[in-house]
Amino acid sequence: MRVSLTVNGQRREDDIEPRTLLVHYLREVAGLTGTHVGCETSLCGACTVLMNGRAVKSCTTLAVQAEGAEITTVEGLARDGKFHPVQEGFWEEHGLQCGYCTPGMIMMATDLLSRNPDPSEAEIRAALEGNLCRCTGYQHIVNAVRYAANKMRAAKGA
Amino acid sequence: MNRFEVLTPADLAHAARLLARQGHVALAGGVDVIDLLKLGIIAPATLVNLKNLPELHGIEPGPRGLRLGALTKLHEVAEHPFIREHYTAVSDAAREAATPQIRNLATVGGNLLQRPRCWYFRHPDVNCLKKGGDRCYALTGLNRYHAILGGGPSFIVHPSNLAPALIALGASARIVGPSGERSVELEKFFTLPSVDPKRENDLKPGEVLVEVNLPPPPAGAKSAYLEAREKQSFDWPLVGAAAMVASDGASRTVRDARIVLCAVAPIPWRSPEAEKEIIGHPLDAERARAAGEACVRGAHPLADNAYKIAMTKVLARRTILKAAGIEEA
Repeated sequence: MRVSLTVNGQRREDDIEPRTLLVHYLREVAGLTGTHVGCETSLCGACTVLMNGRAVKSCTTLAVQAEGAEITTVEGLARDGKFHPVQEGFWEEHGLQCGYCTPGMIMMATDLLSRNPDPSEAEIRAALEGNLCRCTGYQHIVNAVRYAANKMRAAKGA
Repeated sequence: MNRFEVLTPADLAHAARLLARQGHVALAGGVDVIDLLKLGIIAPATLVNLKNLPELHGIEPGPRGLRLGALTKLHEVAEHPFIREHYTAVSDAAREAATPQIRNLATVGGNLLQRPRCWYFRHPDVNCLKKGGDRCYALTGLNRYHAILGGGPSFIVHPSNLAPALIALGASARIVGPSGERSVELEKFFTLPSVDPKRENDLKPGEVLVEVNLPPPPAGAKSAYLEAREKQSFDWPLVGAAAMVASDGASRTVRDARIVLCAVAPIPWRSPEAEKEIIGHPLDAERARAAGEACVRGAHPLADNAYKIAMTKVLARRTILKAAGIEEA
């Protein structure tokens, strides 16, 4: 069946099998492999993308549910060759080890900061409750989100 | 996952006609349905996507209470200031459910209609009573998460934490089907396995859960929802409790109350025994403790879940006191 949606600002129309999961559509049809397939049971959060600005787990979403929606993946964050502040935070604060959970962590953090520009540590941890890091590098991830929050607020004030 | 087609009807009558057909399953947020598809627990020929049905959308607060369209997302329920103020238990329960990503997709209707989390039911190779088999494996198997009240012949617990909170506040469900519409008290919508172990509610083929309606809370009413879990984050409740307590300000005399438990029975479990302990009395810690005791008076634990009895007593007491705004000593 035909789906039309916007991915990282680009309108797309594709013919897909109705059972195609959003994560498979993004990776295999749109060619955007930044979104990872993790547990495939909506537990780990590696597949997190934004749908109309809200974080969702793309492994437990059918591509047809994104009909008409705006999807943002990790590839859609950088601007003019420069990292998004959340990406920069993960770079500066060593927010990743193996990197498998990172795209999902970054997208969830982006959702959080779009709604709450100055989250407490507890609020960051609560927002990331659906994202698992099997390297257990959570403290650096929390630091990375704090870094991004400070950076984004400073940029707004400037 | 089997192959299926997806239809997206634009009017409710059409959706109801489609859903009356064999092999047609409703799709809302997809959180539970896609899980069940992946496990092969369901293998429908057609998913009927409800998202274009206007009757199923919207949160409408007003003098006559609150209307929640069945497609309202859990994050909207959790964040809505009117719900937080007047229907606190509902707001709290929605916030406790799952994770942000899931709350962004999961709907009120889907939450109420989700299938149980029982590991025998969810195991693709186990043909249990709920799937047409001849026994409930939880009865003699691993049953730490199963029912202590209302069990038999199946011992699942109902997974919705929103349902007890909605029932505590007197919610009803509006349902539209091929032959018209009906409104049913949410409390009576859920059905025990002794009626039919294969289902958890009274939704008939072709029927669509359109909206949940909440009356204005009784005068002086406050509500709360608490749950106990193995993990602080992202977990199902071991036990949950929702309480609505309406009392006179100074005397604290309880005029009306509802206590509804989560994850202890195959349906959201209202406890009139507990309500009786506090209605007509000034509420204090001792009364709340007695209500907690009353909640589990008829409980029958299985081999591994007797801990739920102690947990239910404590949680019911704490929730009642929290609803009433009384600090525990």
